[in-house]
Amino acid sequence: MTRMSGAEIVVKALKDQGVDTVFGYPGGAVLPIYDAIFQQNDIRHILVRHEQAATHAAEGYARSTGKPGIVLVTSGPGATNAVTGLTDALLDSIPLVVLSGQVPTFMIGNDAFQEADTVGITRPCTKHNWLVKDTDNLANTLHQAFHVATSGRPGPVLIDIPKDVQFADGTYVKPEKANKGHYAPQVKGDVDAITQAVELLETAKRPILYTGGGVINSGTAASQLLRELVGETGFPITSTLMGLGAYPASGEAWLGMLGMHGTYEANMAMHDCDAMICIGARFDDRITGRTDAFSPKSKKVHIDIDPSSINKIIRVDVPIVGDIAHVLEDMLRIWKARGRKTRSEEVAKWWKKIDGWREKQCLSYEQKGPIIKPQYALQRLEALTKKYDRYITTEVGQHQMWAAQYLGFEDPHRWMTSGGLGTMGYGFPSSIGVQIAHPESLVINVAGEASWLMNMQELGTAMQFRAPVKQFILNNERLGMVRQWQELLHGERYSSSWSESLPDFVKLAEAFGAKGIQCSDPDGLDDAIMEMIEHDGPVVFDCLVEKHENCFPMIPSGKAHNEMLLGDASTQGAIQAGGAVMV
Amino acid sequence: MSPLDLKKGSSKKSAYDLRTPFSDVNERHTLAVLVDNVDGVLARVIGLFSGRGYNIDSLTVAEVDHTGHRSRITVVTTGTPQVIVQIKHQLERMVVVHEVHDLTVEGASVERELALVKVRGTGDLRVEALRTAEVFRARVMDTTLQSFVFELTGAPEKVDAFVELMVPLGLVEVARTGVAAIARGAE
Repeated sequence: MTRMSGAEIVVKALKDQGVDTVFGYPGGAVLPIYDAIFQQNDIRHILVRHEQAATHAAEGYARSTGKPGIVLVTSGPGATNAVTGLTDALLDSIPLVVLSGQVPTFMIGNDAFQEADTVGITRPCTKHNWLVKDTDNLANTLHQAFHVATSGRPGPVLIDIPKDVQFADGTYVKPEKANKGHYAPQVKGDVDAITQAVELLETAKRPILYTGGGVINSGTAASQLLRELVGETGFPITSTLMGLGAYPASGEAWLGMLGMHGTYEANMAMHDCDAMICIGARFDDRITGRTDAFSPKSKKVHIDIDPSSINKIIRVDVPIVGDIAHVLEDMLRIWKARGRKTRSEEVAKWWKKIDGWREKQCLSYEQKGPIIKPQYALQRLEALTKKYDRYITTEVGQHQMWAAQYLGFEDPHRWMTSGGLGTMGYGFPSSIGVQIAHPESLVINVAGEASWLMNMQELGTAMQFRAPVKQFILNNERLGMVRQWQELLHGERYSSSWSESLPDFVKLAEAFGAKGIQCSDPDGLDDAIMEMIEHDGPVVFDCLVEKHENCFPMIPSGKAHNEMLLGDASTQGAIQAGGAVMV
Repeated sequence: MSPLDLKKGSSKKSAYDLRTPFSDVNERHTLAVLVDNVDGVLARVIGLFSGRGYNIDSLTVAEVDHTGHRSRITVVTTGTPQVIVQIKHQLERMVVVHEVHDLTVEGASVERELALVKVRGTGDLRVEALRTAEVFRARVMDTTLQSFVFELTGAPEKVDAFVELMVPLGLVEVARTGVAAIARGAE
């Protein structure tokens, strides 16, 4: 029974939970916690320049390590600025523990200075949140928060701590002694359901594995088991944006990403398959396209740790609730015990068909003339950085899709992107969080100039904490994805999608003491990229690219997988009024 | 179905919800939700319904276990079968929720609602109101020379019928608790 102040309890609980890094920004209502952080050396505090960046940096840390990301912000504006990052983490199932200061308990409800109803505001954008009114409950709540954030389907949690609770003395409880409540999601899948799934593996003529971020979240064992499953069965595999790296991009069975900007072969295979094994993905609208025409001929297995994901959008035949690693282990064991059967002749025919789709070379483009194509920039970036110990983050938009198409990921936790929420401004702070977690690695944020400007103040953070992050900006002076949709859907009326008065990115970098590089010449691109990689410090790389390039392939809104557009020639009238209402 | 062919009310939802449902028929279900009686628990449950566009037809809540601090929330909702299952799963994954029972599908159950009904009138109207109350087995909780307050317990349809009959007899005000429900049988 150790007595200490609430602020000391917070720091002690973080240490006992194995936390080494906190991303945050101080303010009146968290000063006692900052004072406690000042008086110790185990936990490093990374001072960001805006609380939103703290949450994204913590996401980058979490997505690249598999450990929860920790954020510390003050009351009122500190907490409200964290809302976007919380929502981003919720939609992508990223474990975050956010601590916010609150006005003293006796002032709550009085519209005190920097008071906001933080638990009320963050209730729909956290997995769970708590307002701690008694210091004696603080340690227990903190340990419970880590348990909730990291178990089951991971997600962000928030603990609101009034200032008087931080000052008052209370009893500290160790994690192993804490009451973590009754929250305990099921991890083992139902054996009968798994056996049914195995039967489908055995009888499928045109199978496909459709994987997602759940495989990454389940841990490296899940990725290993997935590779074993693909290796043993020889079935084709595709993945959502969130799941890239679970199966290596260099693997023979890899079809590339699926969905709105996925490859032709992946989407056609999804449409024509007779057995779909969905592993840790959630039939998001970016994946399904028109739901009533989604993979009409297939039997579907859905493995997910969250029962509410099952039958939410697409009705499946074999639902399996459980952790991916646990379920895949059982599935492989049962499949092996039953004699490792597949209909290999039919599957070989299926591969022939897929190879036919591959021949379309849906990602081909032509780099000619004096202007850099964004695809070319990414292909060169891939070629020149492949052999490095490399982590990629992105912002949101065309560059994000091109990065997913043209960069290859061999391992999980190497690709950190805002998938569900689509948060512009996510990538730069996220890259800082990744770099803090992996100080010796090459961390590159693939960005568009518009997204990047949304959190460019973080150059200060990168400089202060010597995070040598590389900001690879594909600068088309446009909100490229908005512009593309306006071209296809809104009669080429480019309403507010043109960035005027852009800064000189080289001078901007230099103003913070960072290095700036500008490149507009395809022939000079390789040298410029090497200069970026070899510079020991943050680099802002302003890559001037073709201004009107569209991102293809594309499944227009309201269309089915087999109605995808491959290039500009086929876009006339492609999207009808029905599709325009979809986002 | 064209995505623009929206059903009444569905346009409030985001475009993400323009999916074709598995069944278009709306069903009425009564859910019993056992939760920790902690700060904000009701706001969490209601927030789930409003945030995801589910209906609440009736809602009652009270602590039913004072030592374990458990509350029972009875929600009557309408939706397609698929939506009802979604609601159940969404509730079940909340940290404060212990159990969710769909009383409509888990076997027979009883539903009761309590109403307090104030009626004003004299002469024949007053006599007729009292006589009707007797038919419905409503009890008189308060009376003046010009008014009654009746207490009525029953299924929501019975309360509806009684209130409707009271309109021409001088109905002034109605207070209803919403539905409380429990499964029949020994379990």
